[in-house]
Amino acid sequence: MSILVKPDTKVIIQGIMGRFGSRHAQLSLAYGTQIVAGVSPGRGGQRFANQVPIFDTVTEAVQQTGATTSAIFVPPPLAADAILEGVSAGLDLVVCITEGIPVKDMIKVKRAMTGKPTLLIGPNCPGIVTPGGSQDSPRGCRIGIGPGYIYRPGSIGVVSRSGTLGYEAVWQLTCRGLGQSTFVGIGGDPVHGISHLDAIKRFAADPETQGIIMIGEIGGTAEEEAAAWIRDNCRKPVVGFVAGSTAPPGRRMGHAGAIISGGQGTAAAKISAFREAGIGVAMTPAEIVDTLVRML
Amino acid sequence: MLGNVLVTRQTGPEGRLVDKLIIAVAPDIRKEFYLAVLLDRVASRPVVMASTEGGMDIEEVAAQTPDKIIREHIDPAIGMMPYQARKVAIALGLRGNLIAQAVRLLLGVYRTWWECDATLVELNPLCIVKTPDGSEMLQAVDAKLSLDDNALFRHPELLAMRDLAEEAPLEVEASRFNLSYIKLDGNIACLVNGAGLAMATMDVIRHYGGHPANFLDIGGGASREQVAAALEIVLQDASVKGILVNIFGGIMDCDIIANGIVAAARQTARKLPVVIRLEGNNVEAARKTLAESGQAFIYSNSMDDAAQKIVKAVNSP
Repeated sequence: MSILVKPDTKVIIQGIMGRFGSRHAQLSLAYGTQIVAGVSPGRGGQRFANQVPIFDTVTEAVQQTGATTSAIFVPPPLAADAILEGVSAGLDLVVCITEGIPVKDMIKVKRAMTGKPTLLIGPNCPGIVTPGGSQDSPRGCRIGIGPGYIYRPGSIGVVSRSGTLGYEAVWQLTCRGLGQSTFVGIGGDPVHGISHLDAIKRFAADPETQGIIMIGEIGGTAEEEAAAWIRDNCRKPVVGFVAGSTAPPGRRMGHAGAIISGGQGTAAAKISAFREAGIGVAMTPAEIVDTLVRML
Repeated sequence: MLGNVLVTRQTGPEGRLVDKLIIAVAPDIRKEFYLAVLLDRVASRPVVMASTEGGMDIEEVAAQTPDKIIREHIDPAIGMMPYQARKVAIALGLRGNLIAQAVRLLLGVYRTWWECDATLVELNPLCIVKTPDGSEMLQAVDAKLSLDDNALFRHPELLAMRDLAEEAPLEVEASRFNLSYIKLDGNIACLVNGAGLAMATMDVIRHYGGHPANFLDIGGGASREQVAAALEIVLQDASVKGILVNIFGGIMDCDIIANGIVAAARQTARKLPVVIRLEGNNVEAARKTLAESGQAFIYSNSMDDAAQKIVKAVNSP
């Protein structure tokens, strides 16, 4: 029925008192997400929106509420610390929305997370959504910044590096009457948490997911690695799209990860890996859902 | 050289005006190497790369003769250890007192990468040169350093070295408004939110036979002023013949975007076809704002359709 988060997943928000964090905490509450606590050092004992208790530390919030997941909305210089605080509190999942974290900070975070059970989504990502049961989706789990109204519950898993391109695919699905099991936005930074492949392995194992959409970008080799695994292991239909086929080499395209050099990480290389793995290739975003429907 | 335009592979075909020169003694080069520190994205760790094929295009070396590239991963918790530097030096064929020189140099290059928050430190070529007294020493004959933009907030000393005259004026202007803009050589300007959607929009324009004039990501929380500034920036590019606005607003209020577009359209004297595709919050109010503006915008409900409309508008004067 979903991967990584379910409608009853208990979520805390690190940075709930910031402008960005508080806005999205409100939207997630309206969506029906179990936002059980906020963390804001120095504000322990207060309440957010007269409702959600605030704690000084993640560990305290976890002990008092039983939360297993956190969403991070703190500014970039503080984000690495916030992720590792979540890891040290023993959370199952940390979703880091923050954009603009220095690469060196993320190298340290990944090194420190080695051998730890906590999973990381992001940073610089739109978050994760498991849609709820009804049209306006009360009781769904929305973590991050995605627009809640575009999702419907269903059986298509979507994993995307880009936020807006992921919304585009989800909205096409919804307009065609196809719901989503879970949408995961893994983020565009070069050093990040779970990969396309990590999400796809979970979608492949999820009995309710019947089809998978993978949206990639130029840069890196994550899409190629996912394609190699799909070729050998995945029996569910998968459709892939790669943004950036016309991007000039060597320039950073907004996402720090979206940079190509010397023939590595080009759209052409990724698309040919998709074809070889039996993945349906969408040449434009408009073809994503049509291609999937033909394969279902 | 000074005052002339220099064209190399790194400058692009339009070249760059030369206004500074470094004059150095021509070294007596005996052997050339390639040396770099960069991020290995798969390992999420720094890697030292070296090759005996110095002065060459390293990507070509990697593709043709991958065994000629030496790779040494560094544990970021410990930093580069001297034994790792010795390993690289010996693999490069260095012997005798050149090994100790190479260790000092390698540890220093790694430290530069780490402490400056660099994304790349590259010495190409790193040379064995013959000194006047007949002995051999290592010398970096050319070097390049790329920095992580996201880490400049903690490096005021490096930020102070930024030379705006070396950057494209429109890209500098865009960065003042926190817009991510890259000029390209086509004639259809794009104004999009989100890097992935912005890249895909360029791809779709190409798919339908058009040529994008720029990459422009206005970000996830753009204000009316940012949207207006974005339109003014793309309009300053004289080769632009039409504009495609593709916004999946999501939580962003589409009406703010519509107001920015209308404000900029009223200000400018250039009347170009503008195709607008808006999706997201408050989209009804946005459509009303656009319709009541008296401007001749062209509307679309999907990015494919929008791309076809702008390509058609630009090609039929």
